[in-house]
Amino acid sequence: MKEKELENIINKYRADPTEIMNMLLDIQEKEKFLPKTALSYLSGKLGLPLTRLYQMATFYEALSLTPSGRNQIHVCTGTACHVRGADGILNKLEQKLSIKPGQVTPDQKFSLKTVNCLGACALGPVLLVNGEYYGHMSALKIDSMLQRSSE
Amino acid sequence: MITLWIDDKQYEAAEGRTILQVALDNGIQIPHLCYHENLSSFGGCRLCQVEVTRDNKTVLTTSCTYPAMDGIIVRTDTPKVKKARRFVMELLLSLAPDAPKIQDLAQEMGIVATRFTPAGDNCIRCGLCVRACDELVGAHAITFAHRGAQRMVEPPFAEEAENCIGCGTCVQICPTGFISMEEQGMERKIGKWKRTLKMKACAKCGRPFISFAEIAFIMDKVKNPPPADWFDYCSDCR
Amino acid sequence: MHRLTSVEELEKIRKITLEEKSKKSSCLTVCLGTGCQAYAGQRVYETLKKEITSHNLTAEIELKATGCRGFCEQGPILVLYPGEICYCRVQPENVPDIIKTTVIENRIIEDLLYQDPVTGQRFIKESEIPFYRNQSRIILGANRFINPQDLGDYLAQGGYRALAKTLEEMTPEQVIAEIEKANLRGRGGGGFPAGLKWETTRRAPAKKKYVIVNADEGDPGAYMDRSLLEGNPHLILEGLSIGAYAIGADEGFIYLRQEYPLPLENLSIAIKQAEEYGLLGTNILGTGFNFSVKIKRGAGAFVSGESSALMSAIEGKIGEPRPKHINTALSGINGKPSNLNNVETWANVPIIIEKGAEWYTHIGNATNKGTKIFSLVGKVNNTGLIEVPMGIPLKKIIFDLGGGIPGGKKFKAVQTGGPSGGCLPQHHLDTPVDFDHLHELGSMMGSGGMIVMDEETCMVDVAKYFMHFLKDESCGKCVSCREGTRKMYEILEAITLGQGKEEDIPLLEELAWVTSNTSLCALGRTASNPVLSTLKYFRDEYEAHIREKRCPAKVCKALIQYTIDQEKCNGCGRCRNLCPQKAIEGEKGSPLTINAQSCIRCGICREACRFEAVIVR
Repeated sequence: MKEKELENIINKYRADPTEIMNMLLDIQEKEKFLPKTALSYLSGKLGLPLTRLYQMATFYEALSLTPSGRNQIHVCTGTACHVRGADGILNKLEQKLSIKPGQVTPDQKFSLKTVNCLGACALGPVLLVNGEYYGHMSALKIDSMLQRSSE
Repeated sequence: MITLWIDDKQYEAAEGRTILQVALDNGIQIPHLCYHENLSSFGGCRLCQVEVTRDNKTVLTTSCTYPAMDGIIVRTDTPKVKKARRFVMELLLSLAPDAPKIQDLAQEMGIVATRFTPAGDNCIRCGLCVRACDELVGAHAITFAHRGAQRMVEPPFAEEAENCIGCGTCVQICPTGFISMEEQGMERKIGKWKRTLKMKACAKCGRPFISFAEIAFIMDKVKNPPPADWFDYCSDCR
Repeated sequence: MHRLTSVEELEKIRKITLEEKSKKSSCLTVCLGTGCQAYAGQRVYETLKKEITSHNLTAEIELKATGCRGFCEQGPILVLYPGEICYCRVQPENVPDIIKTTVIENRIIEDLLYQDPVTGQRFIKESEIPFYRNQSRIILGANRFINPQDLGDYLAQGGYRALAKTLEEMTPEQVIAEIEKANLRGRGGGGFPAGLKWETTRRAPAKKKYVIVNADEGDPGAYMDRSLLEGNPHLILEGLSIGAYAIGADEGFIYLRQEYPLPLENLSIAIKQAEEYGLLGTNILGTGFNFSVKIKRGAGAFVSGESSALMSAIEGKIGEPRPKHINTALSGINGKPSNLNNVETWANVPIIIEKGAEWYTHIGNATNKGTKIFSLVGKVNNTGLIEVPMGIPLKKIIFDLGGGIPGGKKFKAVQTGGPSGGCLPQHHLDTPVDFDHLHELGSMMGSGGMIVMDEETCMVDVAKYFMHFLKDESCGKCVSCREGTRKMYEILEAITLGQGKEEDIPLLEELAWVTSNTSLCALGRTASNPVLSTLKYFRDEYEAHIREKRCPAKVCKALIQYTIDQEKCNGCGRCRNLCPQKAIEGEKGSPLTINAQSCIRCGICREACRFEAVIVR
């Protein structure tokens, strides 16, 4: 991430250290992860210890220190999705992609994550793939979903 | 001054003191692990449970985080308190079953073994090292990372703790021996923080006694730095 | 647009907006809530726009994208006014027909009407559908008329009238008295009286005070707040502003979970609009009242929804709970008095102020007033958001509004209160749904998740699910919560794997006791509820797992086996082609068999079989 872009994000929040979470989320959104250099830069600019930024980066589900795949698959494991079989879908994806949640395929094509609830409970089980919701999923529909999303 | 009751006796306390501090000041024993007099209260080990009655409501709570308040009634020995402490102790023992300090505390409460499979790396996540590094030393070299069952203490990015000056405060304060420090020739190693530091030898006795990183840290932080040759000699020879 | 500088100006602009809207003879609303968007709602909207233009109907028809209407099961939903003709599961290819037949020729398309899954009866009007008919949508009702990105729509619905009334006619004390009289209780779960909380913060001796919206809706299986925020954001801003005036705060925060992109967008737009119109900022409506609002985003941590943790997060610290021996109402953000309520609580405020506590208290029962929004999900026919009077029996919700259990299966339990709540069995279905009754039974109201479970749900698996959630979501600071939830999870996992021991149940009970009695915050203190409530009502299922190594609901993989009914199987081979383990053996055309050794019990064969020949034992 360029210094200019980081400066823009810092200035967007008036270099206010209490806005650190908004800044981290903006970086995450742009880069799909939090580069170490960006955290060090923020630490220096805002006068916050790097330890604190690292703690935040590992505490929150939405922040990641490793780059994501080109296609991001989120499996909702909320209660409504769970009772409707989200587990089976997750297992199928793990098997299909040969990765565990939190990991990226070796070709960087897919990353797999679970999310506690997407708030689309009526559609359960739900997947969020590259920002698009797939409702009433079943293990049978996984192949076509992967096909479609990687096109 | 604040007046409060602990186990049927009245005590006076200054504003801002916690129940645990008042108790310890007055020789009342309450077991505790994550509390240290020179550090902020944390409330993580949950061992210092007491029952507090305030406005006719009684709660089980940790005495290290509860401020001494006027008129509160504290009980340190009720069946509920004992039950809570015993079970918490059993959980702590499962995290650091080989640590002498933990074993001793457990034994005092009559616990010889834990029913749980030892889950641990010997770290009980009491946070003494993190707070000491932040609050006493000011180096901010290590932190808690991750959450829930994955929570642990580590340097940023789980790499070498670049801010660590090798002062050894974390090693001394750790109640379980989770953190250790090794001296090898002119180097000091803290394995847990992946840190190796070059040491300076005393000009008189030749003993390596302080890391160059610590000297730089002190010269930078202290308002009136000592004379330049201050660190030529160890404290014994100075 | 120039800032409104008086209540008269607000009323003037409302009049102009209404006149403008009345020029069009009909209004076509399409739900574009998150649920309907997942079913191609956006493309339906785009196609409608195109068709309306190509038929030169733009002067007559107002096309409106609304927020969530709650009946997500049937989405995308389209309603045409006047006439309130409601079409369900509309797809882009239906649009030309809708314009031609219904809009132009004024005829109904039967196939697109809602059909009751049990009786087969079709309904024309949205409000006649049993799902809606049995509700009291005093909060959610406006969603269907409002484009959440258009302040005009909110004004047309009478929006900001309550704020104007507050600022012009009421003292802060009167506002609090009204909220107290309405007996508004916190909808976030605890049910604490909002008026009392406001009063505490108001009386706190400090100049600077804060009001906060808890929009960190973290309960898995619940999305009430999401729908309110994305469907009617100005309602929340208006409620918050009224609260700020009553409490004496000049700054507000909305702590919004990051997983909700649409609410973030709509809320950001709404704040900007309100600032432009002088409904937020300095000297609001010329009354001298100053109030500004900022959005703070969460980043995916359930524990950060706890009030003290949320306030730490707003301060830019890690979202971990801190001791609350001194109430956050007195010492919250930066040690200043801070009043926190959840989204739905704030949404109730303008309605109470506008219609009066007297009107409001006619809804509900003796100690629980008003309505409650639930997300009715899981194994139930009509899944969606419902708003019902407090005190309505569980049975009515699940069977009348929810239409019962799909596929003729038997009801087993309903889970309320999210991970802090509990599972209630059949014999408690007559329980009135309110804060007090649910608490008595070992569950809780929570923020409003209501997950229905049928006979194919394993209650040990459900308890394990929640413990898995909580052990990951615990911040990990307290040893009792961190290790308690972890160890409960490990025991439950062993039980579901068929490795349970007789002494596991008492040990679970002991762990539950220590976790709920010695942890710092509400997460830890309620973490054992899912275990305790399932042990209380479904102990026999635990015992079957432990003693007989049997999962009665046939869910726990280690305790079940897939086989093929040799009578029903015609050897079509569909399952064999789809089986990821190549565990299905036999010749095409004759009944197949499953190799139990390589079968991983993923259930794909059962899902694939068109002849119900795959059986689970």
